[in-house]
Amino acid sequence: MSSILATNLPSVLQEESSAKGEPPPGRPAGGSALVDALFRHVTRLAALLVFSVLAAILFSLLVGSGQSITRFGLAFLFNPEWDPVKEEFGALVPIVGTLATAAIAMIIAVPVSFGIALFLTELSPPWLKRPLGTAIELLAAIPSIIYGMWGLFVFAPLFMEHVQPLFVATLGKLPLIGVLFAGPPIGIGIFTAGLILSIMVIPFIASVMRDVFDLVPPMLKESAYALGGTTWEVMWKVVLPYTKVGVIGGIMLGLGRALGETMAVTFVIGNAHRLSGSLFAPGNSIASALANEFTEAVGELYSSALIELGLVLFLITSIVLALSKIMLMQLAKQEGTRS
Amino acid sequence: MKILPLKAASALAAALLSVSAHSVDITGAGATFPYPIYAKWADGYKKATNTGMNYQSIGSGGGIKQITAKTVDFGASDMPMKAEDLQKEGLVQFPAVMGGVVPVMNLKEVGQGELKLTGEVLASIYLGKIKKWNDPAIVALNAGIKMSDTDITVVHRSDGSGTTFLFTNYLSKVSPDWKSTVGEGTSVKWATGVGGKGNEGVASYVQKLLGAIGYVEYAYAKGNKLDYAQMRNRDGQFVRPDDETFKSAAAGADWAKTPGMGVVLTDQPGKASWPMTGASFILMHAKQDKPESGREVLKFFDWSFKNGAKMATELEYVPMPEAVIKLIQAEWKAKIKDASGKALY
Repeated sequence: MSSILATNLPSVLQEESSAKGEPPPGRPAGGSALVDALFRHVTRLAALLVFSVLAAILFSLLVGSGQSITRFGLAFLFNPEWDPVKEEFGALVPIVGTLATAAIAMIIAVPVSFGIALFLTELSPPWLKRPLGTAIELLAAIPSIIYGMWGLFVFAPLFMEHVQPLFVATLGKLPLIGVLFAGPPIGIGIFTAGLILSIMVIPFIASVMRDVFDLVPPMLKESAYALGGTTWEVMWKVVLPYTKVGVIGGIMLGLGRALGETMAVTFVIGNAHRLSGSLFAPGNSIASALANEFTEAVGELYSSALIELGLVLFLITSIVLALSKIMLMQLAKQEGTRS
Repeated sequence: MKILPLKAASALAAALLSVSAHSVDITGAGATFPYPIYAKWADGYKKATNTGMNYQSIGSGGGIKQITAKTVDFGASDMPMKAEDLQKEGLVQFPAVMGGVVPVMNLKEVGQGELKLTGEVLASIYLGKIKKWNDPAIVALNAGIKMSDTDITVVHRSDGSGTTFLFTNYLSKVSPDWKSTVGEGTSVKWATGVGGKGNEGVASYVQKLLGAIGYVEYAYAKGNKLDYAQMRNRDGQFVRPDDETFKSAAAGADWAKTPGMGVVLTDQPGKASWPMTGASFILMHAKQDKPESGREVLKFFDWSFKNGAKMATELEYVPMPEAVIKLIQAEWKAKIKDASGKALY
């Protein structure tokens, strides 16, 4: 799923800057026109290929989940039961788990990535820029199973012994939000999964942010500094508004990865089909339920319900993309009225 | 790494020697639990006969799908298929190898194999009814041990698995409560606990969480030196999991009268029987469209039954008893035929 998102994202990033439509008039005719036409058709074919792949995925997901859709209908989305023995399936627990882990990941990753990108472009001494930038990009190249194993074998025990009891004793005692941090500390669960995910998406978001921050014309920044702006003011009022399309694109890229991540989450989420108010309780995500259960899913309804889970994830990612698009359009509109 | 050059060498030798003798490689797919022993048998068989066997451990569900679709020569499943399903799909089923499931735990106060449990207590723990290690039900079984009031963390498999099937099948047999609320299957709706992927996932959770209890294949528990518990069997005896107690469970079973030889060896009678023992099954079409590959499959398992017992024991599996092998061979002769109705074996 995340790969689909990744192929879509450049369009979000580029749409505003790239010129669309017919080539400019006044081109010399002849052989080069033919090459041009050929080139246009080849690129169009490549673009259509993406569409047909998407359509084919959607189609096969729909066909595969047909049995489950007719059996459970819309109630599938709100049913917390997942009982392979009695063949009763509902997607509520994995949907909640997917959204909750992705939300935790973004809450942590976005500010940290912003800090990293800001430091790299504005504050870092030049000799540190390159090694630090490379280090962050290297983080993105680590296979997700390594993050999962590290999370289970190294992070979870430390978290269980030292951090969780602290959370339970302090935040867990508060009214309202206390329930989020209740329960016995076992180190694994929704919160740990979100935390591991945040580490995994930081390199994506941070490197996109750094790249777009670097694109801001120095003239703009220098003018702002000349007017007496602090670094913070220049970042917040000049750089960020100038680069918001790219920044949102980067965040969406990270969110897409967080929603679809499988292996790392499977290791630390606890894989329990149970709804719980506590972030420390084990849960399940759509991708990890699929990875866990698909191979041994005996019976057509069971497989069909799992494929429907895949369809739900597909729809969630589409909705997220659509929302980001709407947000960008909204921002563009405000821009017109503000000046 | 060591095997690789050897394999390459034998493949080369095979290519050089069998210029005229055309050998058909056989293909199988299914259960993950018996994969190590099938792979080992395949290796030995290749060396002995030049015929290769390619087994894909895609899971029991996948194995049943693939053999039904006839994309493989045999399928493998940890959960025996029901007689009527076998009939419907025209399949013949026989057991190939046995193994056991053992409860493992992480407790400071008990050593290897010291803790004693019964099926009922195990079911109550997995239903979330017994939450502490010093619950009276556990204390009563372990008179000599001072149990601490540690919380019990239940660990189960998150992926569908034959191991889960044996475990839940046993709990369904001994606990009516379990049978009505959870039931049996390769994956079930767990009442409590966390899920680990594969034996290694369950084992790592158990090792990380103090007070955790889980269940893994015996071979895995032994290989990784996990602390296991003794279980009370049907005859009221406390037994430890090993070769002898698995064999004892298999000895008392009525293979001949069970349709499709689909005996689930849980909760078997016998003073020395381990209560969570089970066989892994092979599925073949009764009417073979390609009799030559069907014949090769039978030859392979025939060879494995004759020569593979030691390899199975080395990998902590339990080979099928002699008497059962005779039954299997009789089954082959009676049921697996080519298009003209001639027996293949």
